[in-house]
Amino acid sequence: MVACRAIGILSRFSAFRILRSRGYICRNFTGSSALLTRTHINYGVKGDVAVVRINSPNSKVNTLSKELHSEFTEVMNEIWASDQIRSAVLISSKPGCFIAGADINMLSACKTLQEVTQLSQEAQRILEKLEKSPKPVVAAINGSCLGGGLELAISCQYRIATKDRKTVLGVPEVLLGALPGAGGTQRLPKMVGVPAALDMMLTGRNIRADRAKKMGLVDQLVEPLGPGLKPPEERTMEYLEEVAITFAKGLADKKISPKRNKGLVEKLTAYAMTIPFVRQQVYKKVEEKVRKQTKGLYPAPLKIIDVVKTGIEQGSDAGYLSESQKFGELVMTKESKALMGLYHGQVLCKKNKFGAPQKDVKHLAILGAGLMGAGIAQVSVDKGLKTILKDATLTGLDRGQQQVFKGLNDKVKKKALTSFERDSIFSNLTGQLDYQGFEKADMVIEAVFEDLSLKHRVLKEVEAVIPDHCIFASNTSALPISEIAAVSKRPEKVIGMHYFSPVDKMQLLEIITTEKTSRDTSASAVAVGLKQGKVIIVVKDGPGFYTTRCLAPMMSEVIRILQEGVDPKKLDSLTTSFGFPVGAATLVDEVGVDVAKHVAEDLGKVFGERFGGGNPELLTQMVSKGFLGRKSGKGFYIYQEGVKRKDLNSDMDSILASLKLPPKSEVSSDEDIQFRLVTRFVNEAVMCLQEGILATPAEGDIGAVFGLGFPPCLGGPFRFVDLYGAQTIVDRLKKYEAAYGKQFTPCQLLADHANSPNKKFYQ
Amino acid sequence: MTTILTCPFKKLPTTSKWALRFAVQTKTKKTLAKPNIRNVVVVDGVRTPFLLSGTSYKDLMPHDLARAALTGLLHRTSVPKEVVDYIIFGTVIQEVKTSNVAREAALGAGFSDKTPAHTVTMACISANQAMTTGVGLIASGQCDVIVAGGVELMSDIPIRHSRKMRKLMLDLNKAKSMGQRLSLISKFRLNFLAPELPAVAEFSTSETMGHSADRLAAAFAVSRLEQDEYALRSHSLAKKAQDEGLLSDVVPFRVPGKDTVTKDNGIRPSSLEQMAKLKPAFIKPYGTVTAANSSFLTDGASAMYYEEKALAMGYKPKDFMYVSQDPKDQLLLGPTYATPKVLEKAGLTMNDIDAFEFHEAFSVKFWQILKAMDSDFFRNYMGRKNQGDQVGLPPLEKFNNWGGSLSLGHPFGATGCRLVMAAANRLRKEGGQYGLVAACAAGGQGHAMIVEAYPK
Repeated sequence: MVACRAIGILSRFSAFRILRSRGYICRNFTGSSALLTRTHINYGVKGDVAVVRINSPNSKVNTLSKELHSEFTEVMNEIWASDQIRSAVLISSKPGCFIAGADINMLSACKTLQEVTQLSQEAQRILEKLEKSPKPVVAAINGSCLGGGLELAISCQYRIATKDRKTVLGVPEVLLGALPGAGGTQRLPKMVGVPAALDMMLTGRNIRADRAKKMGLVDQLVEPLGPGLKPPEERTMEYLEEVAITFAKGLADKKISPKRNKGLVEKLTAYAMTIPFVRQQVYKKVEEKVRKQTKGLYPAPLKIIDVVKTGIEQGSDAGYLSESQKFGELVMTKESKALMGLYHGQVLCKKNKFGAPQKDVKHLAILGAGLMGAGIAQVSVDKGLKTILKDATLTGLDRGQQQVFKGLNDKVKKKALTSFERDSIFSNLTGQLDYQGFEKADMVIEAVFEDLSLKHRVLKEVEAVIPDHCIFASNTSALPISEIAAVSKRPEKVIGMHYFSPVDKMQLLEIITTEKTSRDTSASAVAVGLKQGKVIIVVKDGPGFYTTRCLAPMMSEVIRILQEGVDPKKLDSLTTSFGFPVGAATLVDEVGVDVAKHVAEDLGKVFGERFGGGNPELLTQMVSKGFLGRKSGKGFYIYQEGVKRKDLNSDMDSILASLKLPPKSEVSSDEDIQFRLVTRFVNEAVMCLQEGILATPAEGDIGAVFGLGFPPCLGGPFRFVDLYGAQTIVDRLKKYEAAYGKQFTPCQLLADHANSPNKKFYQ
Repeated sequence: MTTILTCPFKKLPTTSKWALRFAVQTKTKKTLAKPNIRNVVVVDGVRTPFLLSGTSYKDLMPHDLARAALTGLLHRTSVPKEVVDYIIFGTVIQEVKTSNVAREAALGAGFSDKTPAHTVTMACISANQAMTTGVGLIASGQCDVIVAGGVELMSDIPIRHSRKMRKLMLDLNKAKSMGQRLSLISKFRLNFLAPELPAVAEFSTSETMGHSADRLAAAFAVSRLEQDEYALRSHSLAKKAQDEGLLSDVVPFRVPGKDTVTKDNGIRPSSLEQMAKLKPAFIKPYGTVTAANSSFLTDGASAMYYEEKALAMGYKPKDFMYVSQDPKDQLLLGPTYATPKVLEKAGLTMNDIDAFEFHEAFSVKFWQILKAMDSDFFRNYMGRKNQGDQVGLPPLEKFNNWGGSLSLGHPFGATGCRLVMAAANRLRKEGGQYGLVAACAAGGQGHAMIVEAYPK
């Protein structure tokens, strides 16, 4: 049911979403190109305005690659040299994307710091030339304008953006462990003010066009058009170009001023920032906040502040220099490599490796309107799936429907939806207590309690009413799918879909296939998951699949550590300072102690001593006293409605005291405690790959980071082994094995990697 | 007696007796009459002069205007009031005191208090809805004689207290003790006093219609100049029609305490140069829809009298069609969708139509229709293969020849009747047989209707 209820576990990483290439319909327009020999950029002249079109070949998005860079330089030089041209418009030929950022492969390919720094300096140079262009250049933005794309846009004299949902601006480099390395750290503060610029650079957040206009990031907005003489997208691009040309002409004729009228608040902020004392306070405040949030695990945010500071305090020459150097340093860090690896993994997990399913799922039915069921319903209805939410009781159903409504309504409050859209989306949901309408369902996802006999009963009930093609998916965190499928008349149509709670926030979906699951069933499940906006890992069936199985030994170690007398608060701080978004003790409370107990018992039976270490009796006693975690108000901590501060549950003392074990001093330093947890996690993950539960290390990393909150700065268990060396980890494991026994025995695959240092999970 | 067509695709036998009567004509269809369905004939219709809001009508209430239209109608047709079975009016922005404005106006105009009346609303095609509701009542045998009309008074609109203030006032009403009252009053905040204006925006999309029109202009690549040219045409033609006395549906209205209003006051032919000076009204600073190429806020009322039998003169309204589409991107495309459909239903083509009366809320509407019928839009969005060629384009020389909503004005609830009467009067004056009326409305809806001259 709830494998990991770590709320906001990756909120910092949500902006990853923007980086993945979405299913934009991107046509490659040939346009009126002056020089067809160029592959990334071409331009035509309309009157005295050059229209420069960016179009990376064979890709859904435009990225700033070396080729694009050099062609852009060439084109701009021609434009500057031409007597006929008085101004220029910069526009993409892809309707969904202006420029999505720098080519990450180009950065990954760099071997040395100098190479990266040089890339940054080259970009700085051309953008500086662009900024000082004697002929006004208008950036016409439709679709994502991110990273280097935004840095390019803010070097232009004027920016016009479409007010489309797809149009987002931002500098998400920080999410890849880097910084805006093409003058962004210097230009952004001047353009939107230091506080707003720092916010953009440190969070990497996406800014929608209307907000960007208010901030002064863009100068004009263009409304997207509906159907007309041409398809909406195509005509919108043409319209954007037409409007941009008008403005380019106006700028060249000096009829339009590129200067913007600032509001009162903005003027005041700008004034305040001229006072050195205020500036110092701002830097200090931001630095403090960053230190607190990153716990020193992510070097990029501090360097960003540093570079911005250098630019403002010591002038832009120093700023640009510092930017390029720090950019180089950051790209070479392990953290950046880990984050870029995650990015690649995420792109991979956004594809359906099973191909297109034979039949699109249009009607979905969900059994059980609990937290999970309702969460699944919420992410389905807003993608246009007609969804039935069925529960056994009216109160349960009511609660579930309220949850869906609340989820949608929160989006209205954040202005991501209009109230009208909310209502029309909500109308996709039908709440009911019976099986009416199931004869039309293309897929049924059950999210009932984690009880095998109950799951068997529902499966039989459902199979009596659904059509032949309908897929039965089970949302379970630990029950083997093949056991659930044992009572099915059509096991090829049974599959596991393990969602993570809260479903609307957690990006991961773990899909579990049994030996009997047909390829088309898998394809359908992945297609539905992708539609719901999930990153998907597909694993083989087995006790605990991948995610739960990795988490279980770590949890066993958590119990052991608590038994050894470590305070839950201390344990939490140790785990969070290692990079986990949620402390280990809090995690148990969030997951639910009863669930943890279930899983520990079930998996303990199967895996025996490898899952040993902690005494499950601790969980049993907690459950018997009603300390189920957050849901019952008490667990390791006390939870009260409306109270943010968490106090330790003092009633736990007696339980912990009764199970107390003496700590082993040689393996009980803070670092050892952290590594005891992490190495068990990593060892089990590698074991899953060894046993074929996992198909690829990339999926293992994505599953661990996006589902379980494995420290993103380490890039996932496999990347962690690659970056920090298998030998180091095996050494650690052996040390702990000596102290505790077999649960720390390194698995064969890990040992192999340690024995041959050239072996890497990622080549 | 002829009957109206409601069944679209059946062709009349060419040997029908009407074929002989219309032997001289070359229409694809001789008449739209259809056996076994009761005939509906428009006898006559009138309207008050349409005035810019905030001018001579500004102190009136909507039912005053509606009443004036009704009395004018009675005067014009000299029909005894008692024969009217039912009265229907359309209106958009309702005066809350007279929410069934049809009834208040009818009583005030001296109709029998035994004659029921109701009010309908369907945005800018409210009067169309009033008319077609009446047609339905006659065709189904419920009534024999109907008066339909529409009214809109934009000089006064219901501005409300904010929801918070209203809630407070209602709660105060229910409070029993002084203590309760005081505790309620203590919740009062100054911002409660901020008034709430009737939404000028589409409820579902929060987009104003002018804004949508501007996007429409861009989607169909209609230039500012084209829009201004058409607006100028509308004003010039309206002026000409007014001067030549062609706008015979206008009845003078003696405004209490003021001069008698005898003609529309929004007709202002200007020059392209002057129009070019205006700044865009909605999408600033680069949009193309301006005050000069949009219709203005108007006060006015209209009424039409029709019955089952032919009495004086007559126009058979009729085959009609309502359509609706996406209220965001196709807000104003109603006529585009409805026109080919209604023609198809009636078995006619564009060439058969002698008088086009299209509602032109914005100048861009005209161009949009023209461009849409001639483009891929037809195939892509209206699911038609080359239907555009079959339907053809509305010829400009038959299009809104006596001005339109741009110049005469557009009192939302009253425009429908004006369109039908303009088509009818043009048929009479120019001797045509079929008129086509079409209009768009908020909510992405549209209406089209064919009017046939009653056989002489």
